[in-house]
Amino acid sequence: MIPTTAATKFKTKMRVGLQYASILVIVAIPLAARQKEDCTHETKNDSIYAELEKAPKKAVARRNPLEKDPDAAVAGGKLFVLHCAECHGDMAEGGRRAPSLLAEQVQRVTPGTLFWILTNGVVRRGMPVWSKLPEPQRWQIVSYLKSLTPAGKSPQ
Amino acid sequence: MNSTRFHEQSPPIRPLPRWRRDWCLSIFVSGLVLAGLSLPARAQESPYIVTYDHYLEEPGSLEVEYFSTFGTQRGGNDFLAFWTEFEYGATAWWTTELYFDGQSTFDDSTLFTGFRCENRFRLLQREHFINPVLYVEYEQTSGADKILKEVEGHDVEADYAIPNALARNEHDHELESKLLLSSTFKGWNIAENTIATKNLTGGNPWEFGYAIGASRWLALKATTNRCNLCRENFIAGVEMYGGLGDRHSFGLRDTSQYVAPVIAWNLPSDWTLRLSPGFGLNDNSHGFLLRWGVSREFSGFGEAMKRLFGGHQP
Repeated sequence: MIPTTAATKFKTKMRVGLQYASILVIVAIPLAARQKEDCTHETKNDSIYAELEKAPKKAVARRNPLEKDPDAAVAGGKLFVLHCAECHGDMAEGGRRAPSLLAEQVQRVTPGTLFWILTNGVVRRGMPVWSKLPEPQRWQIVSYLKSLTPAGKSPQ
Repeated sequence: MNSTRFHEQSPPIRPLPRWRRDWCLSIFVSGLVLAGLSLPARAQESPYIVTYDHYLEEPGSLEVEYFSTFGTQRGGNDFLAFWTEFEYGATAWWTTELYFDGQSTFDDSTLFTGFRCENRFRLLQREHFINPVLYVEYEQTSGADKILKEVEGHDVEADYAIPNALARNEHDHELESKLLLSSTFKGWNIAENTIATKNLTGGNPWEFGYAIGASRWLALKATTNRCNLCRENFIAGVEMYGGLGDRHSFGLRDTSQYVAPVIAWNLPSDWTLRLSPGFGLNDNSHGFLLRWGVSREFSGFGEAMKRLFGGHQP
């Protein structure tokens, strides 16, 4: 069977296309790695916590509707392990990719501020938006974060 | 699709060329290797199969997805189309994806039908009531492609009745752009996608299509224990999609339209399963499309690759 000219052209174009696609993937991976490297430097820098100060007043003033729910922090801990621990560390102590959440700068802000940052992310610095989690689940994570012992303080 | 293919002489089916077999094998092996890697994984996926919401892949994460579409076909043989997606979060605002498509038509043959390369860019830094994402895709597929990932222009059921030996001779190079708009409130997600596609081969006009979807978590609060069948692991919804004609004849005339309930089961073991029975809404549409998919997300894939290739270690 002799292949048609069209089929040969298609094969050639497909080969070229696949090569382009491979190049795109190869370019994208180091780019992400570089972004994470930038984040590594930023974790050593207090300026990353400055994002917390950008929360609007209305968001800062929001109260956690689950603050009296005794299960909220436990459920939040489960969600934290699923979605946050990969970057922030199993105990929220921070990692190469994201800052500690036990830091005083985080622990002193209002639950509303934490909820705001969780909802909006810090896209420019690599933290994705988490509004895909329903509001109650985000508040559960906030409850968990607020239940942690801040760095430098001994547990009650 | 080109109806003149009906009149062409049907050439015999040749076995897949070696380079194509190698590609298929490498994709399969890569999938297995990824599944076996001890990378941490997490699953929190939307149930949509056709519609996109505004959520991108987490930076450095790779999601490997396999989807399948069973379609009934009047005037031809039913088919099972399938595709594999490799979705990578390059940054928090850019996700890039590579698709490989194939299909089996009953009593006909099985074919590799092409590939797609897509990119999604988040346009705004923060969450808003409506969140726009720009989608750009290049695809190189044959006329035998039946994954129906999007329906556009005057795509109708009869286009898919053509035997594979003929359909595979049509080669499409398409540039596809979409504006994805999506809102999330009170556990609901509403997503609207508008599609504009240009087939770069020949003087084909711009074709248009749409997809809209609504979904909601079955439980908004998480339970305290790890569980598989908790309602918090399920997201259910419905999506509707179809063609809107082309530049010369915009509208619903001679287009196909579908509605499809969707459900996603996000397992704590980091797998996501999706199921969606779809129904054609007019005579131009396939009567029934059953779609299902399985996916797994590998977080830290970018870093693992960096380590593998001797990148900087702190």
